[in-house]
Amino acid sequence: MSNRLINWFKYASPQSFYPLAGKLIPWFWALAAVFGIAGLYIGFLVAPIDAQQGEGYRIIFLHVPTSWMSMFIYLVMAFWAGLGLAFNTRLSGMMAQALAPTGALMAFLSLWTGALWGKPMWGTWWVWDARLTSELILLFLYIGFIALQAAIDDPRRADKAGAILALVGVVNIPIIYFSVKWWNTLHQGASVSLTKAPSMAQTMLWGMLLCALACWMYSIAVALMRARSIMLERERHTEWVRALLDPQPAGKE
Amino acid sequence: MLEASNLECVRGDRRLFAGVGFRLDGGEMLYLQGRNGTGKTSLLRMLCGLTPPAAGEIRWRGEPIGRLGDEFRAELCYLGHLNAIKEELTPLENLLASARLAEETLDEDAALDALERVGLAGRADLACRYLSQGQKRRVALARLVHEKRALWVLDEPYVALDTAAVDLIADLIGAHLERGGLAVLTTHQTVAVRAGAVRELRLG
Amino acid sequence: MLTLVRAVIGRDLRLAMRRQADIVSALFFFIIVVSLFPLGIGPEPDLLRKLAPGVLWVAALLATMLSLPRLFADDHRDGTLEQLALAPQPLGLVVLGKVLAHWLVSGLPLALLAPVLGLQFDLDSEALWVLTGALLIGTPALSGIGAIGAALTLGVRGGGVLLSLLVLPLYIPVLIFGAGAVDATVTGMGPQAHLSLLGALALGGLFFAPWATAAALRIALE
Repeated sequence: MSNRLINWFKYASPQSFYPLAGKLIPWFWALAAVFGIAGLYIGFLVAPIDAQQGEGYRIIFLHVPTSWMSMFIYLVMAFWAGLGLAFNTRLSGMMAQALAPTGALMAFLSLWTGALWGKPMWGTWWVWDARLTSELILLFLYIGFIALQAAIDDPRRADKAGAILALVGVVNIPIIYFSVKWWNTLHQGASVSLTKAPSMAQTMLWGMLLCALACWMYSIAVALMRARSIMLERERHTEWVRALLDPQPAGKE
Repeated sequence: MLEASNLECVRGDRRLFAGVGFRLDGGEMLYLQGRNGTGKTSLLRMLCGLTPPAAGEIRWRGEPIGRLGDEFRAELCYLGHLNAIKEELTPLENLLASARLAEETLDEDAALDALERVGLAGRADLACRYLSQGQKRRVALARLVHEKRALWVLDEPYVALDTAAVDLIADLIGAHLERGGLAVLTTHQTVAVRAGAVRELRLG
Repeated sequence: MLTLVRAVIGRDLRLAMRRQADIVSALFFFIIVVSLFPLGIGPEPDLLRKLAPGVLWVAALLATMLSLPRLFADDHRDGTLEQLALAPQPLGLVVLGKVLAHWLVSGLPLALLAPVLGLQFDLDSEALWVLTGALLIGTPALSGIGAIGAALTLGVRGGGVLLSLLVLPLYIPVLIFGAGAVDATVTGMGPQAHLSLLGALALGGLFFAPWATAAALRIALE
């Protein structure tokens, strides 16, 4: 029984996942575009000007969703990694590998938009705020994961090593976050908190939510696309990939 | 006692072998043969449980070795193509340290005796970095002299040895098989070993 | 079980004693890096006193990193690691032994050397004590976490640089609490809270890291 389950995981998954993902991707792209346009429209044109921060605050419509996404993607990555280690499935490693660059991009965007926000608000590009610092460390963790996977030639070993690193990272993230927070409260430098946005107007909340949804859809679409190409590359010697790439009209959909 | 069924080995993009299986009982020896790069070492590492096979199963006394874990390893003696000796330590220290790490009891007299058997009587206190390749190999093989574990997995045990040493190793393996032990080895030399049954398996 | 851990520690210490140059060069690296800071910043005692905890701790992190790549690489190259993985004992215990041995030859000497370097930074005697104590408590965590990175990068090209990329972000909590303890002493707040958190990190690291390391080693050996 368990043997059959594992075999199903091992041999059927990428093969059946590939066309499924191919069908889903356009939908996710479309949703990302719709949510993104709606969210940005509300955020930039409908939402009222903030009394204290003026127009500059509008960057949070990008900043907050990307920070959420960067943290969430790491969790998802660790989840796939754990699944891969537990069941030895090929798909999980590919998904973790496909998610990492998107997560890193989100962390980078979050830092960048944070800096853009900080300049007019605090008069400086960078503040050693607990959240910003943790986000920076998160970016380091993503880069470490990507670098480790890139450095190992054998994809199976790369997956497993990356999985262990992701799990170690996910255990450490709360510890790092609390230590940075502790450090931040002891060294009272710039004590402006990014989080304490004055009570948000309803429209602002909507804009933020829509932008967050757009980030979700974008991340899913991009991760699926990347997973598809990783699949093709890794499984290029298998029958189904050959059949797929075979130019014979019979093999085509 | 040792059964392998339908083993498959994939290295990178290449499938080295598939559908390999055999059965080995007490007192029997298995010669693995095949050209370079046919996966002999990979198969040995699978038998030890170091590399999980891409497909297939290995059983020891009827149980999959993955489930047995430490129980299986307690009966296994693996000698890879690397000597697993430390250049900084003397042959005596190496032998004692490896016995201690494998949780075996080996006192100094027994270790000295083993070194004498493999022809390193006067070298026991010389750091291994001053020994020749053949002598280093002998240090590694000296482990076998007092080795009582049931399954020996030996990767090219005769390489870099002179004929006297080869005969000695063949003797040790023969005695091991007579005690009811099992041995799996790869070699390019044909060496006569007194054994109940010698099986052969050709890869590639 | 303890005999195995003791056997690993004994073997590794004996090997380290036959290769003392490695230990000594890591220590000299520590001394030189710490001594460079006053040259770069200037000799004002007030400034140096403020920087001392951070500088000493960062230098300790880097000095620990220096010896990490060899933690498993030598055993991997000569085949000993395979033998250790095939020992009829949990590999995590072997790793624990190796981590403790690594601490004895890297973390412990760093901690003992640190007060001397602290004098260069005009730290008072209480701060020096706390610095030594914090390093004694915190460096085992560095060896433990570092072992995971060393196992993950075993036999990987560019392993040394990659190792620091993986491990240094994970060292941040140790750095914060370690340097914070000394800092708190200097500013008169008392180091107890920092030291107990540091101790928790070290215990957690020594407890969990060997198992993650063992899993990574088995993957590297496949």
